[in-house]
Amino acid sequence: MVRPFKKSTAAAVLALALGVSACGSTQQEAARAADAAAVTDPVDPATAGSVTGRISFEGAVPRPTPIKMASDPICEKQGAAVTETIVVGADGGLKNVFVYVKDGLGNVRFPVPAAPVVLDQKGCRYVPHVFGVRAGQPIEIISSDPTLHNIHAIPQANREFNTGQPVPGVPHRHTFSTNEVMVPFTCDVHRWMSAYVGVLDHPFYSVTSEAGDFELRGLPPGTYTIEAWHEKLGTQTQTVTIAGKEARTVQFSFKAT
Amino acid sequence: MLLHLFAALVAVSTAILIFAGGLVTSTGSGLSVPDWPNTYGWFMFSFPLDKMVGGIFYEHSHRLIASTVGFLIVVLALWLWRAEPRAWVRRLGYIALAAVITQGILGGITVLWLLPKPISISHAGLAQLVFCLTATIALATSRGWCQAYVRGGATLRDDRVLRQIAIATTAVIYAQIIAGATMRHNQAGLAIPDFPLAFGQLIPPLWDLKIAFHFAHRVGALIVTALVLATTGHVFLHHRGRPELTRPGALLLVLLTAQITLGALAVLSGLDHIVNSLHVVTGGLVLVTSLVLTLRANRMYFDAPRASWREAA
Repeated sequence: MVRPFKKSTAAAVLALALGVSACGSTQQEAARAADAAAVTDPVDPATAGSVTGRISFEGAVPRPTPIKMASDPICEKQGAAVTETIVVGADGGLKNVFVYVKDGLGNVRFPVPAAPVVLDQKGCRYVPHVFGVRAGQPIEIISSDPTLHNIHAIPQANREFNTGQPVPGVPHRHTFSTNEVMVPFTCDVHRWMSAYVGVLDHPFYSVTSEAGDFELRGLPPGTYTIEAWHEKLGTQTQTVTIAGKEARTVQFSFKAT
Repeated sequence: MLLHLFAALVAVSTAILIFAGGLVTSTGSGLSVPDWPNTYGWFMFSFPLDKMVGGIFYEHSHRLIASTVGFLIVVLALWLWRAEPRAWVRRLGYIALAAVITQGILGGITVLWLLPKPISISHAGLAQLVFCLTATIALATSRGWCQAYVRGGATLRDDRVLRQIAIATTAVIYAQIIAGATMRHNQAGLAIPDFPLAFGQLIPPLWDLKIAFHFAHRVGALIVTALVLATTGHVFLHHRGRPELTRPGALLLVLLTAQITLGALAVLSGLDHIVNSLHVVTGGLVLVTSLVLTLRANRMYFDAPRASWREAA
């Protein structure tokens, strides 16, 4: 004869399972963080080289598009703003290109900084617009705006999240665990807001300035695939080999679409 | 009579709710309020009006209208339970109540689970069923229905062909609405950017899932058009003297024309949110009009006619 399964037993099993699961998850996160912190930097400063370069924009520079913020009076008061999709400096440099080592580091592990990377919501825009973070390193999302924002990250490899930020100054922390170039952020309240973060398990990344410059310092000797990512113009890659203490320069050029 | 008027009010409010829901999707505001049932931690009804900005305006308005419609349906179900003598009409009230509760939960889940497509599409599909249920209750409590559309002692004429073709039309319109919701929630509204052709051709020269969803919705529109023309053509050919059929038939033709125009404008305007939302609610009106025609064509299979409308309602 089969004994009836008591509700209390079922609830206890469920609670135990949830507890174990939650506990397991927390322990895994803690173990991962401790593991990452325990790694010592494998790069020998005596042999480390660098890759520097410039990203240029070819063709007619599109006019900056004004952002209509009329749907939120608080945002509108911040003054005129333009989109940051394509920002070209006076000498043709392309801003907001994420440049990183895509391949060539093998299985070398690097220590993960404990200090968070800060993403601010300021003037109803994300500051910075493009940035990088290490897998396992927290991102601290703050709001300097006296209005409501929601922070909606839409990754493919990491966990999607959407959270409200009703009170300015109260940060929200999130940690991505897996490499992903790029994770878009959006605010569904203010649809014009967008930011992109490159999540990597190594420290060799850079975001171009308005001059289009970038710099990847402290690279061990080796052959690397360097990728330049732009939110609208796509990606380009180049292979570069650096010897000990060598400083190499590479140039990328994105054409108007 | 009051019950009928109230049921009609509930049906109209359901249509308004569908329009508001269309605005949420069309403006991409579905996740602008990340929590549910609260709004940024506030109790839903105490959320400050001055904070209803950007996407929050659409999403929170949708929630407020939905709460109002839910309350109206609770009242309608209670009213039917207390005052309606026909069991099947009372049951419709209970089903509408269960459906609107389920709809609210689906709306909450779709926010909390970050708009999973099957849930969002179910939310869109169930909204139209709630509209059908409230409209059916309004119809079943109307004077014409209760008196079975019999005038001067004439008997109601059965027309098997009309019954079958009207049922098929209503079913296909509903399937077309689901196809539209599938297209919409897969962000395929502009997968084919031109109209009436597809990439300049009758059949798209290239295919992916989004183009397939979009093209299926266009083919569905052709099938719906053929069926509506067949149904209304049959009504005007064989039942010219029955206004309970010719009126919804004529309305159906008008709404279908408006709906196809809105569909075309939705593509040509690059999915303007007002046009898009009107397309969503007009789809519901096409469905409900076809349902009314279908129910009236099948009237003899429901309750017996009553001499007094008051007695029934």
